[in-house]
Amino acid sequence: MIAGPRLFSILRQGTCLIASIHTALDDSQLVRFQHDLIATIGRDRARGVVIDVAALDVLDSFATCTLRDIGNMARLRGAATVIVGIQPEVAIAMVRLGLSTGVVETALDLEEGLALLDGRTAGSPDGRR
Amino acid sequence: MNTEDTEDTEDDEVGGAAPGGAPGDDDGLLPQLVAHLREHRNRLRQEWVGRIHSAHLLQAMTSQEMAAETTSVYDNYVEVLETGSVEALQHYARDLSERIIPRGVETQEVVGIVLLLRDVLARSLFEKYQRDLPLLNRVLDAYEPAANRIANTVAVSFVDERERVIRQQQDSIRELSTPVLRVRERLLILPIIGVLDRERARQLTEQLLTGIRAHRAKVVVIDITGVPDVDEAVANHLVQTVDASRLMGASVIITGLSPEIAQTLVTIGVDLSRLETIGDLQGGLEEAERLLGFIVTRDSEAAGP
Repeated sequence: MIAGPRLFSILRQGTCLIASIHTALDDSQLVRFQHDLIATIGRDRARGVVIDVAALDVLDSFATCTLRDIGNMARLRGAATVIVGIQPEVAIAMVRLGLSTGVVETALDLEEGLALLDGRTAGSPDGRR
Repeated sequence: MNTEDTEDTEDDEVGGAAPGGAPGDDDGLLPQLVAHLREHRNRLRQEWVGRIHSAHLLQAMTSQEMAAETTSVYDNYVEVLETGSVEALQHYARDLSERIIPRGVETQEVVGIVLLLRDVLARSLFEKYQRDLPLLNRVLDAYEPAANRIANTVAVSFVDERERVIRQQQDSIRELSTPVLRVRERLLILPIIGVLDRERARQLTEQLLTGIRAHRAKVVVIDITGVPDVDEAVANHLVQTVDASRLMGASVIITGLSPEIAQTLVTIGVDLSRLETIGDLQGGLEEAERLLGFIVTRDSEAAGP
């Protein structure tokens, strides 16, 4: 494993994990992020994962691919994944490059992401307003 | 009175050689020609107006306007012949264009009337000098380049002015920014009116995404009833906008695709499977309300229409 400070945090909030990326990660740090997150899902028996990328001003193809992989792996381990906080410029750049998050859902921000997961884990769609 | 004026002018002119004049013997020709045109100003102008009428040009103008404008054009024309300087004419032509373009006068009409004037004047020169063929040739040598330059100047000024108007209109269309409007909590509508070019589509995406973040929108209805035509580039841009909105957690409903646009899109084979479309804006709003869990009911007590 690589040494050095972690550039992300993984926090537990109820049955969900909140994984925040603090700054642009290079490829090896992304791999470390993926590894740590998947391990934590099993250890904490999480039912949902929110990955917050609000601090990032760019998401390249490797990062997108890694996030998509994390979503698929988390699903296999029984947790639903939501990516939140994609900024407008990042979203434009991603669609220009033809990148997508695949089956992994996206939401505006942390609050939305948690609300989405709550609805999902409770087995019902969004509550009526 | 006219004749007197003409005499004076001619004297002055002979003193200081005309700037655009031909060398040698021909030096005196152009002033002579100008004098002739000034002398028969009214008759030639009437003849010209007659020709304009019979050619069905400038029908947007009343006869008074026609008289005023033709007089100005005629005088300007003769002045250019005299001085060889097209600047005043350029200025006048631009000014004239500014007045007549909004009334739907076409380029061919403007060029047409100038060429008619050229012909009318040339014909009068033929008449005057028909007994002296070598002299006629020299007169025409002096007249033709100047006349052609005038026709050229007027046409170019008109087209320039027209292009300026078009540019101005394009700018104002661009400035009519695409509004992103909030109709309910977390529901935005984006009515698009007018042609979507690449620049405008880019601006639209940016505004929409910023709007989604600012209003924390979950559903966006894009209404394209006012878009006359959708080509492949615009369709792909719409798909990209929808994808980008989805990345920000908002779902997009597109409404108001006209039958023509639907046919075009299917024929050119744009992949629209990722777009959710609904016939009209009303249907789109109802669907959006359903997605957001709003229930709109009419109060039966209140008097309805």
